[in-house]
Amino acid sequence: MALRDASGPYFGEFGGRFVPESLVAALDELTSAYTEARADPSFRAELERLGASYTGRPSIITEVPRFAEHAGGARVILKREDLNHTGSHKINNVLGQALLTRRIGKQRVIAETGAGQHGVATATAAALLGMDCVIYMGEVDTQRQALNVARMRLLGAEVIPVTTGSRTLKDAINEAMRDWVTNVATTNYIFGTVAGPHPFPAMVRDFQKIIGEEAREQVLDLTGRLPDAVAACVGGGSNAIGIFDAFLDDEAVALYGFEAAGEGADTPRHAATISRGRPGILHGSRTYVLQDADGQTIESHSISAGLDYPGVGPEHSWLADIGRASYVPVTDAAAMDAFRLLARTEGIIPAIESAHALAGTIELGRSLGPEATILVSLSGRGDKDMETASAWFKLVDEP
Amino acid sequence: MTGASAGPGSVAAAIDAKKATGGALIGYLPVGFPTLSSSIDAAVAIAENGVDVIELGLPYSDPVMDGPVIQKATQRALAGGFRLAHAFEAVREIKARVPVPIVLMTYWNPVLQYGVDRFADDLDAAGGSGIITPDLIPDDAEEWIRASDRTGLDRIFLAAPSSSAQRLRMISHDSRGFVYAVSTMGITGARADVDAAARGLVSRLRDAGSERACVGLGISTAAQVREVLDYADGAIVGSALVSALDSGGVPEVARAASALALGTRLI
Ligand SMILES: Cc1ncc(COP(=O)(O)O)c(C=O)c1O
Repeated sequence: MALRDASGPYFGEFGGRFVPESLVAALDELTSAYTEARADPSFRAELERLGASYTGRPSIITEVPRFAEHAGGARVILKREDLNHTGSHKINNVLGQALLTRRIGKQRVIAETGAGQHGVATATAAALLGMDCVIYMGEVDTQRQALNVARMRLLGAEVIPVTTGSRTLKDAINEAMRDWVTNVATTNYIFGTVAGPHPFPAMVRDFQKIIGEEAREQVLDLTGRLPDAVAACVGGGSNAIGIFDAFLDDEAVALYGFEAAGEGADTPRHAATISRGRPGILHGSRTYVLQDADGQTIESHSISAGLDYPGVGPEHSWLADIGRASYVPVTDAAAMDAFRLLARTEGIIPAIESAHALAGTIELGRSLGPEATILVSLSGRGDKDMETASAWFKLVDEP
Repeated sequence: MTGASAGPGSVAAAIDAKKATGGALIGYLPVGFPTLSSSIDAAVAIAENGVDVIELGLPYSDPVMDGPVIQKATQRALAGGFRLAHAFEAVREIKARVPVPIVLMTYWNPVLQYGVDRFADDLDAAGGSGIITPDLIPDDAEEWIRASDRTGLDRIFLAAPSSSAQRLRMISHDSRGFVYAVSTMGITGARADVDAAARGLVSRLRDAGSERACVGLGISTAAQVREVLDYADGAIVGSALVSALDSGGVPEVARAASALALGTRLI
């Protein structure tokens, strides 16, 4: 069987549905609505129309030779999801799930958000389609990403700061699940990444795989051959699986997921789930989890809120276990160096999440050498990160 | 069904013994709240004050089925150093002091990490009767079904108002001890009205072949216990007991239990 055909609920031993029974009916409803929708040409046409006329698809690719000089001289090609409306790949998935919500006939959507990108994308789609929207965001993140809170509110969403647990993305997901359990008759949960219970991992991947499908053609057009390696950052893993999927069955193409190593994968402060976690259950899915000996989830740490998550999508756990993709930790410091390097060499300010993929690419290019071509998912732009960057590089003069 | 899970001292026997006189009261308290030893004293106290089956909750970092009262208590237990091994210690000590069956309520990852077979063996050895699994559905429970069949432990799955008839049949078939009927769509926490949905769900569970259906979520008064026992075999109370323990310690949770137990008597 081709690797691309995996459609859940299980990817090898990973995935499934570890959820309260109260959610099963809604997950079944979502699964069958999605199965019908994906076979319905009018649904696909509507999604394509929004992609072209709203998101700005296809996103372009950009070769970055001045950056590549620092990556062993390999050819480096960026897939520019940063140019999408709302500034990241998250909109691809959200538009798909929002159209599905309308199809199911629900009028209220909820979502979790960490960095705020998925929350902003969901609030955007809700505004576009005239739906009520509630976003759960850890209180810590509402402070770290205050401008995105303002964006969501401007778009008409209600933002609820979550004050339980570690007050970050993980707890925002718990709270959104509690809302969904309670309001499932009227509400759809627009999940932001390829984690969670079935059908989210397969469905979100399907809405994101446009990234790799476009890029595969674009790279072939530009270079006449497939890339040697494809690189992406991995939080939950949606931009990574989105760009990997089209290449899964191209054995010669190496796939690299770069996880956030925070202050170092050998310190307690990191988010390198596959590199340092163990298989377990988090948020409805059996997958790699950062956890203690008793199975209590451990808080993750990353300079990038979008990668600050102690779990990962089950398909990535599977791809890691069968050796199809490699997952490598990248520290805050290496990511921030790559963040500045891309800005200075190419005039592109990436999201700090995406900068993890760039830092990984620098090392990868050095080991693969100048003959290699590396395709990188530039999952988002860095506007939202300017406060963090200003503090890190001391860019603002002290008064 | 194994002898162990239906014989004297079993959950089934404790519930059946109350069928003629009204119904059973099942009381939830988390292990390790406010401390391990007080949580043991509190469980003993509710058993001595009319609770027929003890449901001991294991604190977990990501409790998606729990409302604010139980979340706060279990977070405090975790901050206070709760370890999984304490659960077996608690079961053993409570069993030594009161002859009431005990089931654990635990999210699945801790069991998975401990080892499903090892967990079942240790719970069985400690004298526990079974496990309520809020985030494990029969569809994904193969390993637990095998381990519980081997040890004779009860498997208590949840049923929801939204569950299809086909799922209710599977849940009834795969559960042992009782089925945990979720009274309303939602999470734990006291509610003014226990939903009419609960009555319908219990009747659908009976049609699906369930021998014992106990209703939980939102029950906090003796009147609600009585109302639920009109159609169900047991009433499960959690947040109301946890609140009592939080505000007035062991004496207060004992008083709360005996007040709730008034609802189990026929009038
Ligand atoms: C720009 C960007 N890239 C990556 C991520 C990480 O998510 P995922 O791993 O699902 O792509 C986020 C999440 O917020 C993001 O905003």
